[in-house]
Amino acid sequence: MTLAILNIDWQTLADGLALGAIYALMAVGIGLVFGVLRLVNFAYGQLVMAGAFALALASQWGWPVWAGIVLCFAVVLALSVAMEHLVFRPLRGHSPAVMLVATFAVAFLLQSIALLWFGSLGKIATSLASLNRPWTLSGVDIRKITIVAVIVAALCLLLLHLLLERTEVGLHMRAASMDFSTSRMLGVRANRVISFAVLISGALAAVVAVMLTVQTPLVTPDFALRDTIVVLAGVVVGGLNRPIPATLGGFTIGFATGVLGGALPTNQSQYLPTFVFVAVILVLLVRPRGLFDFSRSVERV
Amino acid sequence: MTLTVGNLDVRYGGVHAVRDLSFTVAPGEIVGLIGPNGAGKSSTLHAIMGLAPASGSVRLGDRELLGLRPEDVARSGIALVPEGRRIYAELTVEENLRLGLAGRRSRAAVDLDPVYELFPIVREFRARQAGALSGGQQQQLAIARALVAEPDVLLLDEPSLGLAPSVVDVVFAALEAIKGRGFAVLLVEQRAQRTVAASNRSHVLGGGALQLTLGPGDAGDTEKLVAAYLS
Repeated sequence: MTLAILNIDWQTLADGLALGAIYALMAVGIGLVFGVLRLVNFAYGQLVMAGAFALALASQWGWPVWAGIVLCFAVVLALSVAMEHLVFRPLRGHSPAVMLVATFAVAFLLQSIALLWFGSLGKIATSLASLNRPWTLSGVDIRKITIVAVIVAALCLLLLHLLLERTEVGLHMRAASMDFSTSRMLGVRANRVISFAVLISGALAAVVAVMLTVQTPLVTPDFALRDTIVVLAGVVVGGLNRPIPATLGGFTIGFATGVLGGALPTNQSQYLPTFVFVAVILVLLVRPRGLFDFSRSVERV
Repeated sequence: MTLTVGNLDVRYGGVHAVRDLSFTVAPGEIVGLIGPNGAGKSSTLHAIMGLAPASGSVRLGDRELLGLRPEDVARSGIALVPEGRRIYAELTVEENLRLGLAGRRSRAAVDLDPVYELFPIVREFRARQAGALSGGQQQQLAIARALVAEPDVLLLDEPSLGLAPSVVDVVFAALEAIKGRGFAVLLVEQRAQRTVAASNRSHVLGGGALQLTLGPGDAGDTEKLVAAYLS
C-alpha cells in the first residue's frame, strides 16, 4: 500500500464544510437531549432515517417539495414525542447504561420496522435533487446543497442560540443541563424542559434528513446510521454536555470526514472510518474532557 | 400563610430519619431547627420540598404539599436556599436570579429592585459569572434567588456551612433584614447559639424527634444548649 498523497482542492473543502455543517446540527440535537436527560440517544439516526423515508414517499407520491418537507417534520416530531413518552420518561433517573441500551433497542426496532415496510433496497427521494447541480464560482464547481447546508445550519444554530440565551425556557434548559435537581427545587418544570429539548432535537433531525437526502437520495433502513456513529464520536470529542463544544465537535469530525473522504484515493477510502476513529482516540487520550471544553471548575468558598 | 408540619415521618429504607415531628411557622416568624448531624434537620426540609419519602402532613395554609413534585412545591410558595448554595457557576449572577422566578406565582411584571436593595452585592455583580463570587456572596445570591419567587415560606438549609466567621455575620445580617417582611422562615443550622438568638422559636432535634424547644432568651444559656445536644 503506497502512502496516500492527499490532494485537497476547493471542492473537497466545500464538501467537508457541508458535511461538517450537517454533523454539527446532529451533534447539537444529540447534545440537547443529553443535557437534560443525561441520555445519549443512539436512535437519533433512526429519526433522521424516518424523515428521509417520509421525503422519499412524498416524492414517490408526486407531492410538491414543501409538502414533502412538512411530512418529514411531522413524522420526525411525532416519533420524537413518542420516544420521549414511551422510553425516555419511564427510564428517567435510571443508570446511563440502561438508558443507552434502551436507545439501542429503539434504534434497532425502528430500523427493523423500516426494513419490513420499505425493504432493504430502499426508496429514492428525488424532489430536491436539483440542489445537487453545481454553481461555478471562479472556476470552482460547488454543489448548491453545499451552500444551502452551510446557510441552513448557521441559521438553525443562530436561532437555537437566541432561544437558549434570550428566552425563559432557554434559561431553564441551560440550568437543567447544569444541575437538574436544583432547577426543579427552584420551580423549573422538569417535564416541560425535557419535552422542549426533545422537540428541538427532533426538529434538527428533520432538517438533517432533508439535507442528507439531497446528498444521498437513496434512502435505506440503515440511512444515517454511520453518520450517527461518527457524530457521536464527534460529540464526545467536542464535549458532550455543552451545546457549543458539541457543535464544534460535530462540525470538526464532519469536516474531517468530508475532506478525508474526498482526498483519499478511491482504493483507500474504505479505510476512512479507521482514520477518523484513530483521530478520535488520539484526541480523547490527550484531552479526555473533550477538545473544546475549556471550562474549569470555579468553585470557591 | 402558615406552614404546618404535622406528625411527619421520614424513612429511608430501614433508617427512620424523622419521627412524628410537628411544628408551625407563621408569617413574619423565624423558626430554627437545630441539632447534631443526623438529627433529621435536612430530612425534614427534604420532606417539605418533596425530595424525601415522607408520611404525615405538610400544609401551606389549607393546601397539602406532601406528595407533590419538587417543582410543584416550589411553585406553591415554598422557596428553598439549598445546602451548599447550589449556584449555577457558569451562568451570570442575574441569570441565577432569574431562575428563581421559575417558582413565582404572580404574573405581574417582575421587579428585582427590592431584592437588589437587600443585597447590593448581587446588583453590583449581576453581569458576572456567578462562579467568580466568593462563598459569602454566593450565599447572598442563593437567598436573593429564593426571595425573587415571592414565596410565603423560605427554607434555609445550613446557610452558614463552610463560610468564614465574618461571612457568617453577613448571612445572619441578611436574615435579620428579611425578618418582618412577612415571610415564614424555617432555618436549619449547625450554629445553635446564633440560630436560637435569631429565631422566634428553635426546635432541637435528636434522633429524628423533637427534644426541646428554645426561645431567643435561651441563647446565652450555654448549659441548656449543651444539655439539649447531649440529650
